[in-house]
Amino acid sequence: MARQEKPVDVVLVGLGWTNSIMGMELAQEGLNVLALERGEDRDTVPDFAYPKMADELTYGVRYKLMAKPAKSTITVRHSLTETALPYRHLGSFLPGDGVGGAGTHWNGHTWRPMPEELRLRSYVEETFGKDIIPADMTIQDFGVSYDELEPHFDFFDKVMGVSGKAGNVNGEIHEGGNPFEGRRSSEYPLPPLKRTFNDELFTNVAKEHGLHPFPLPSSNASEAYTNPYGMQLGPCNFCGFCERYGCLNFSKASPQTCILGALKQHKNFSYRANSEVLKVELADDKKTAKGVTYIDKNGEEVFQPAKIVIVGTFAYNNVRLLLLSGIGQPYDPVTNTGTVGRNYAYQMMGGATLFFKDKFFNPFIGAGSNATTVDDYAINQIDFAKEGFIGGSYLLAAQTNGQPIRSMPLPAGTPSWGAGWKKATKDYYGHSMSISSHGSNMSYRDCYLSLDPNYTDDHGLPLLRLTFDWKDNDIRMTQFMKGKVEALAKGLNPDHLNISFKDFGAKYDVRPYQTTHNVGGAIMGTNPKTSVLNRYQQSWDVHNVFVLGSSSFPQNLQYNPTMLVGGLAYWTAKAIREQYLKQPGPLVQA
Amino acid sequence: MNTRLSLLLPAMLVAAATAQAADQTLIAKGEYLSRAGDCIACHTVKGGEPFAGGLPIESPFGTIYSTNITPSKTAGIGNYTLEQFDDAVRHGERADGGNLYPAMPYPDYSVLSDDDVKAMYAYFMEGVKPVDKKAPETDLSFPFNQRWGIGMWDLVFGHDAAFEPHSQNPFVNRGAYLVQGLGHCGSCHSPRGVAFQEKGYDETDANFLSGGKIGIWEAPSLRGGSGAGPLVSWDKAEIVDYLANGRNDRTAVGGEMTSVIEHSLSYLTQADLEAIADYLKSLPGAGKEVLLSAEATEKTAAQLNSAKVPVDSGARVYLDNCGACHFTRGQGASRVFPQLDGNALVNAEDPSGLIHVILAGARLPSTKGAPEELAMPAFGWRLNDEDVAKLATFVRQAWNNHAAAVTAKQVAAVRETIPATELNATKPTLN
Repeated sequence: MARQEKPVDVVLVGLGWTNSIMGMELAQEGLNVLALERGEDRDTVPDFAYPKMADELTYGVRYKLMAKPAKSTITVRHSLTETALPYRHLGSFLPGDGVGGAGTHWNGHTWRPMPEELRLRSYVEETFGKDIIPADMTIQDFGVSYDELEPHFDFFDKVMGVSGKAGNVNGEIHEGGNPFEGRRSSEYPLPPLKRTFNDELFTNVAKEHGLHPFPLPSSNASEAYTNPYGMQLGPCNFCGFCERYGCLNFSKASPQTCILGALKQHKNFSYRANSEVLKVELADDKKTAKGVTYIDKNGEEVFQPAKIVIVGTFAYNNVRLLLLSGIGQPYDPVTNTGTVGRNYAYQMMGGATLFFKDKFFNPFIGAGSNATTVDDYAINQIDFAKEGFIGGSYLLAAQTNGQPIRSMPLPAGTPSWGAGWKKATKDYYGHSMSISSHGSNMSYRDCYLSLDPNYTDDHGLPLLRLTFDWKDNDIRMTQFMKGKVEALAKGLNPDHLNISFKDFGAKYDVRPYQTTHNVGGAIMGTNPKTSVLNRYQQSWDVHNVFVLGSSSFPQNLQYNPTMLVGGLAYWTAKAIREQYLKQPGPLVQA
Repeated sequence: MNTRLSLLLPAMLVAAATAQAADQTLIAKGEYLSRAGDCIACHTVKGGEPFAGGLPIESPFGTIYSTNITPSKTAGIGNYTLEQFDDAVRHGERADGGNLYPAMPYPDYSVLSDDDVKAMYAYFMEGVKPVDKKAPETDLSFPFNQRWGIGMWDLVFGHDAAFEPHSQNPFVNRGAYLVQGLGHCGSCHSPRGVAFQEKGYDETDANFLSGGKIGIWEAPSLRGGSGAGPLVSWDKAEIVDYLANGRNDRTAVGGEMTSVIEHSLSYLTQADLEAIADYLKSLPGAGKEVLLSAEATEKTAAQLNSAKVPVDSGARVYLDNCGACHFTRGQGASRVFPQLDGNALVNAEDPSGLIHVILAGARLPSTKGAPEELAMPAFGWRLNDEDVAKLATFVRQAWNNHAAAVTAKQVAAVRETIPATELNATKPTLN
């Protein structure tokens, strides 16, 4: 018999970016809000303190800040006919753990989606006709427009203290920013980070090619900053320990540096760490949730009653919780019925490393989003009919770190050990730069999430199973980008050039790191037959359950997801504050 | 009859509500004043019930335990009349006729107005939750256990006078009232005399607020009008920011002042904080104003930027441990990382406070205006006494700083007072 806690108005499952935002919004509303976080409590000091954090082996290789696969992981397979196996060692993507979630160990790339990406199917059909969409491609519109989200993007920019240069302010194109971006209502809150040598080289060659380089929008603060909540960021010191690390300098936007201190000032907000939610409990009619059941820090099972349940855990864990709770109908790719688990998508990456004997880049200078980028090959810039694919990428030259274990690129063909390796390391450490492509990934009928029939977690509950592989459309897209990257790289005359882009027949490999941009599975939309959530990220089936995070994306953006994840959280918070609290019920009639 | 009743009722309700509201206003005023007086700091143990007392206060004469000042009739002050409450707060006399130890700042509180004492009485009787738990009795050794002796002390060294406004400016007078009275700033920031009495209780005495000491922490001069002292170069907005949030463009709070900001000053209105700033800026100081020269700043910065520093030097320890946040120019970052160039704590005559921060780190309070608990990690696990001495010496002589060198022995003495858990709070652990 589970212990029962005092009822609350709102229970937040997970305490990363989305639920920090939601906690703040609903605490401001005067509601009694409780967050339950599976992992431990974390703060800059002591958890990310200098110099402890600058330890590549502990945090970069052994993933001290990430979720532990021994406790819970997912299983992976390429197709419906295979048996999935557990993802036992983190590689391809790094789910977060603890208070702040993956928002503590990201790089800080802070992109808004393009207006066209939020209505992708409509955009493609209107511009190129229905026929260019492959039969098994299941891309959809989000059901919410860029203009509706813009005020929330603008506010989240200010909350995170994003450093950058706007290219489009209220329709006016500004030199030095991204001319292809959606309309911004204001300039970035902070100027761009200081530029490094690789930025200069990339900027010059991109301009020679007629492209429009600009500083990557960064949530590494370029200056001391105070956000609308009174929270503060210190200037980034380019220490080079960003992705996979908590920021030791209060410089990277995270729930800790941007929201939590201000949220804790609200007496009607509280949180419990080491509290793992197993299930959302439904009322007998299955139309509302009564609360959640969780395992507390002592291993005891607890029922926490609540009037509203906000699911804001890591992307695919949201999907698993819905499946374990019986919220919505599980998706079946064979019959093409059900919605929960549908439209999982990832990110298509490729890159080049350029080696120069006579140029030194000082890799000791690095920041998570220290990069120059071009968006000339973005979704709204490419003729899909002509090129034969749907999608787009931004290209970037980044210098994030010079960590010795994992950031030691060497020319192709260098021996991987011994005297030859030593000599090349001596010759080339600090003598290389990269140009990468970061691109979209479409959704497909047979790329989806479901409960695994064979494997369970430490509570005996089924693991989540991922069925996913690369498709020709996205390979065509990345091969197109390969040509563009190669041209830019050769324009810089490197002594050696390593190129790595996926080619036809490539299988999804979970071992090398790609991105932690796992999306879909609990997608938002306008039709309950093809989406789990309505346009307000409210469950179509259980109206007092809202689901936040990149699990809402019907396919993946060409960009990093954090800004859209946060913008959507504010959008949902507004709907709850202005509509749902006055009249609890479905905000969209099915 | 019934109709008449129903007509009467609302009127009665309104009358009752107004009486209640007046009380509530008075109680709220009393609560605000209790914040200004920071009563909660001494009369509450860490993590304990508010105002239930029992906090040990170290004095030169032994440990004094604060009393339970909740309205409990058995353990607190629930039986006190307004007059008895007033005798305790303004004159240091207990209801049983005994004298309070001047650990209670009644010599400062003596300037309080009758109205303010009434409001505080209303708050402590009706706005505070009674706690029926007795605080431990203070038990000093002879002769300090002879409370009658304090009566003599009061006569010779005490201060028991009503507030006297000395300025034409009402804001300065309001600031004076807050600083001298409830703020009892002089209890730390004024020098102490032979009998541990504060030297001066208002601006008529040049010693008043000219700097004092509390434990290992130097409480700098607050005389901001002229002369030496950190406030001389601060403008009004910087003083207000510091008092409200424990941080400003130049510095960040450390040591004993942290709790004063967290529990008292951060609750004051903007108008009151501005009045305090006005008053402090009206006080002329002694000595010469220290002007920071850009040349001195750049000289040290150039040395650090060159990275040509001896491997076992204090400069090297600084680069390896401090530069990440305070930077080579020692300027830190506005409101986030304190400026070390010209910093009062860095340049204090007694380096113990600086040593404490290096060893144990420091954490800013979360205030309404600045909710982030920006923190410096502890370095006590990483640097030995010799390292810290070298580092502190370097910092005390870098940029525009001109303070005496620090010895390993001084570091060891401070280290002894810090619990191992604090020294090791951010020590890496083996996986």
